Amino acid sequence: MIETDILIIGAGPTGLFTVFEAGLLKLKCHLIDALPQPGGQCSEIYPKKPIYDIPAFPEILAGDLVSNLMKQIEPFQPGFTLGERAETIEKLEDGSFIVTTSKGTKHHAPVVVIAGGLGSFEPRKPPIKSIVDFEDKGVEYIIRDPELYRDKKVVISGGGDSALDWSIFLADVAQSVTLVHRRNEFRGALDSVDKVQELKNLGIITLITPAEVVDIFGNTKVEGVVIRQEGEEITTSCDHFIPLFGLSPKLGPIADWGLEIEKNAIKVDNTLDYQTNIPGIYAIGDVNTYPGKLKLILCGFHEATLMCQSAYQRIFPDKRYVMKYTTVGGVEGFDGSKKEAPKAVVKAID
Amino acid sequence: MQDITITIIDREGKEHKVIAPTDMNMNLMEVVRSYELAPEGTIGICGGMAMCASCQCYVESDHELPEMSDDEDAMLAEAFHVKDNSRLGCQIHIHPEMEGLKVELAPEV
Repeated sequence: MIETDILIIGAGPTGLFTVFEAGLLKLKCHLIDALPQPGGQCSEIYPKKPIYDIPAFPEILAGDLVSNLMKQIEPFQPGFTLGERAETIEKLEDGSFIVTTSKGTKHHAPVVVIAGGLGSFEPRKPPIKSIVDFEDKGVEYIIRDPELYRDKKVVISGGGDSALDWSIFLADVAQSVTLVHRRNEFRGALDSVDKVQELKNLGIITLITPAEVVDIFGNTKVEGVVIRQEGEEITTSCDHFIPLFGLSPKLGPIADWGLEIEKNAIKVDNTLDYQTNIPGIYAIGDVNTYPGKLKLILCGFHEATLMCQSAYQRIFPDKRYVMKYTTVGGVEGFDGSKKEAPKAVVKAID
Repeated sequence: MQDITITIIDREGKEHKVIAPTDMNMNLMEVVRSYELAPEGTIGICGGMAMCASCQCYVESDHELPEMSDDEDAMLAEAFHVKDNSRLGCQIHIHPEMEGLKVELAPEV
């Protein structure tokens, strides 16, 4: 069981900055994120795009913002559970919570903060009616273990890097690989496109374009797919169908935690501390909503700051505290480091 | 600067005639959001970077629209429910020449 003071769900910019504000109050944080790296959308969707409205940064790349935040919170030694989605929450008698992830990792904390942005990133599923019935019965949206496909017949659809890369990789493993894409052009690294072309020329990969998989059939598991190519339908037998169309954010299991949801976001008390309808669970950043809400990173930073003060009072109801300026109090890391403004040297003038 | 009138058919098939300003650097996705014609969180998810296709729409009128960028073209190649007249709303910047534009929102995925 991972023990922490503040359990943060979502390691985007707002979640990361929470670690800093909590650290100033000597509260330790642990973050959970479904993505394998911290940074949320900034890392996953637009690391190379500039942001112009971070105060005092006329321009900063989203990826650099994340690196800077990671550096800023380093002294507070945050823990990370990455690549796992927060699934369930349980409230204990003492008011603390246990959050369990998709891989079964348990986290215990008196305060839970949801800084989940638009939700966890999940594979985009093509709109094929029967697809849900075949999930884990031959339909996989993510390749976890390539060995699953050894000597099997595989159909992959998609036209980006991941469809290209996996087609190349599985060409060596599977009995056959068929790649289906809506366009004749593929948009991926040139090397990968060339390699797929070469494997196609050698007859190792079957390429079907411009085409779409429109149906899946089978009794208890996938036995084949129906591919529509320029108005005609082709039936191909296969053991696995792997649609690779990238990721999109979904609120996911958090929607079932008993929190008040409005406009696909979690309602919070913005007059005080961004607490949800469940005491001890806060929601900050893009995931929350309140009158006048703006989904901006800078607003998330502000919300994180106020929320931490409230969390401190919740954890230590009998302790008195006033906010200190870092210029005055410095930053004392949990790693023993201390940063503070240099003291003025008192020296007599002759 | 003049405002223009745009017809937007929402995902339930209901037609809305809305007024859009041409001087606020708005795009079609933002116009849809400003009139709340699709629930928040189901449109403009990536914020307007042509990276999610949640603002996909079908252009019903024969207006000449800005040419598709590589980014938009790439996103539409990976999107679902794509038709010949599909565009990403976030890539259509509101311009005086779009007076009378008619679009239909693509289904949510």
